[in-house]
Amino acid sequence: MVRVLVPSGALGLNYDKTALQRGIEAKPDIIAIDGGSTDSGPSYLGRGVSKYARSSTKIEWAGLMEARAQAQCPLVIGTAGTCGADTAVDWMVDITLEIAREQGRPLKIAVLKSGQEPTFIAQEFKNKTISPLGNAPHIDQSVIENCTNIVALAGAEQIQAALDTGADIVISGRATDTAIIAALPLQRGCHAGGAWHGAKIGECGALCATNPQSGVILIDFDDEGFTVTPLADGANASPQTVSAHMLYENSDPFILYEPGGHLDVSAAKYEALDERRVRVTGSKWIPSEHYTVKLEGAKSAGFQTVLIAVLRDPHYVENAQKWANDIITKCSQKARDRLGVTDDDFSIDIRLIGHSSCFGALEVIQSQSHEIGAIGIVTAKSDALSEEIGKLLNPYFLHHPLTQEEEQPTFAFLFSPAEMKRGEMFEFALNHIMEINDPMDAFDLEIIEHG
Amino acid sequence: MAKLRTAVKKIRTKNAGPFWLTIDIFCEKPGVYDAISSSIKTEHIAQLFQTPVENIKRFDISDLCVVKFSLPRPQTQGCRHDSDMHGSSYAALVGELEY
Repeated sequence: MVRVLVPSGALGLNYDKTALQRGIEAKPDIIAIDGGSTDSGPSYLGRGVSKYARSSTKIEWAGLMEARAQAQCPLVIGTAGTCGADTAVDWMVDITLEIAREQGRPLKIAVLKSGQEPTFIAQEFKNKTISPLGNAPHIDQSVIENCTNIVALAGAEQIQAALDTGADIVISGRATDTAIIAALPLQRGCHAGGAWHGAKIGECGALCATNPQSGVILIDFDDEGFTVTPLADGANASPQTVSAHMLYENSDPFILYEPGGHLDVSAAKYEALDERRVRVTGSKWIPSEHYTVKLEGAKSAGFQTVLIAVLRDPHYVENAQKWANDIITKCSQKARDRLGVTDDDFSIDIRLIGHSSCFGALEVIQSQSHEIGAIGIVTAKSDALSEEIGKLLNPYFLHHPLTQEEEQPTFAFLFSPAEMKRGEMFEFALNHIMEINDPMDAFDLEIIEHG
Repeated sequence: MAKLRTAVKKIRTKNAGPFWLTIDIFCEKPGVYDAISSSIKTEHIAQLFQTPVENIKRFDISDLCVVKFSLPRPQTQGCRHDSDMHGSSYAALVGELEY
C-alpha cells in the first residue's frame, strides 16, 4: 500500500493545519501538492511568473517542509509557480532555500524543469512529431518561435525519475495535476487504473468531499484501487462527492489522457466504507502505443491600455451600445489619421458592464440598468502606441455626445489619469501533443544539496 | 415553460483547459434528472452558444443525476475577446434556457 497526503488543491489556497497534523500522524509515504494550472489565464505562462503572493507561498510551503521533516517522507510540488515555466521553478527553488536556511535543516532538492526552447519545438513541428488536440489553434513555425514560454507536461515517469534521486523535496515544473500523486503508487506496483483515478480524485484536495476548502485528504493506493479519506472536521467523502469530482474541469468525465496512456473510469465502482471514507475499484489504465506529452505555450498579443467611464444619464444608459459603437468608429479613424497606423497595429473594444460585458453577443437578457460601466480597451503593437491611443480615447469617454445637436455630456471618471496601462498581454498558442522516445527527452533534472 | 435554473440544484460551468468549456447540470433527484435529460436537447446548447451541434459532447449520467455538455470555448481563454477567464459565469447563461 502507498499512502499519499494531499494538503490542498494548490499551494497558495491554504490548508487546515489540524487536518495536516492528522495526516502527518498517519505516516504518509509522500506529501504531494499542485502548484498551478492554466486556469488563471495566459499571462502567467507568458511571463513565467506565479499568481500567488510570495509571502503566502512561503508561509504555506514552510508549513509543508516542516510536515515533511516530521513525516520523514518526500514532499513534491508539481507545476511550481502557477505556470511551471523554468523561471517560476527558479522562484520556487529560491523560496525553498530561504526556508531551508531559516529551518536549519540539510536538504536534497530535485528540480525537474519542463521548459522547451521554442526553436526546438518549431523543429519538432517541422519533423511532424507534434499533433493538435481538439479545438487547437492554428500554428506554424513562426507562431511557435514567437512563444515567450513553452512547457511540456511531465507525467509519472519524470516525477519518478526525480524521486529516484532520493530527494527530500521535488520541485517540478509543469506536470499533469495527477502525475505528482500517481508517480509513487505506480512505481511501487499499485493498480495502475487505481493510481491515476485516485490521483485525479485527489488533485484538488478536499474538493472531492464536503467542507471542500479544508484541503487535506489522504489517499491509500493498493493492488486493486484506492481509498480516499478527508482529514478535516466536517469533511466527508461519499460515493457521490467522489464520483462527481470526475466531472470537474474535465471535458470527458470517464476518460483522462495522460503521458503514456489514458484512464477509463466507466466501469469504476464507488463504495462507502463508512460516513467519511470511499473505496474505488474497477478503474482501467490503457497504455498508448507512443509516448506523448502535452505542450502549452503563450505568446505576446500586444499591449493594452484601459479606461473606465460610468454612464448614469438615463438617455445614455438607454443608448449605451450605440454610444460605444460610435466611439469605436470615430476614435479608430482618428488614430489612423493622426498616427498613420492601420487596423493591423491596434484595436479598440468597449465592454459595457450592466449591459453585455460577460457574454457579449451571446447574452439573452435585455434589461435596463440605472447605470452602465464602460471599459475601453486599447490593444496595440507597442506599449507606447497603446498609451497614445488610450489618450485619444480619453476625450470620447469623457464627452462623446450621441448626436451633434445635444448639449455636450460629461461622464463619470473614477481616476485621474483615466487611462491605465495594463502592459503586455499574452494568449495561449498551443493545444498540442509531442511524441518523444524517452520520457526524460523533453525534461531536465538537477539536484541541489543544501547544508 | 420554466427557466432551467429554477428546476435544478446547481449549474456549473468551468474551463476544461484554455480551449474547452464544460457544463455540469446537477439535477439531484431522479425525477428532475429524467425531465431535464429528455427535454434539454443538445441543439438547445448549440443554439445558446451559437456553435454547430456536432461540436458538442454530451453525457447523461443517471448515477449522479447529472447532464454534462462540453464544447469549444466561445472565445479561447484570455484572448482579447474573452470576458470570462475561468468560464464560470456561463452557468448563468445556461440557467436561462427554457425547458
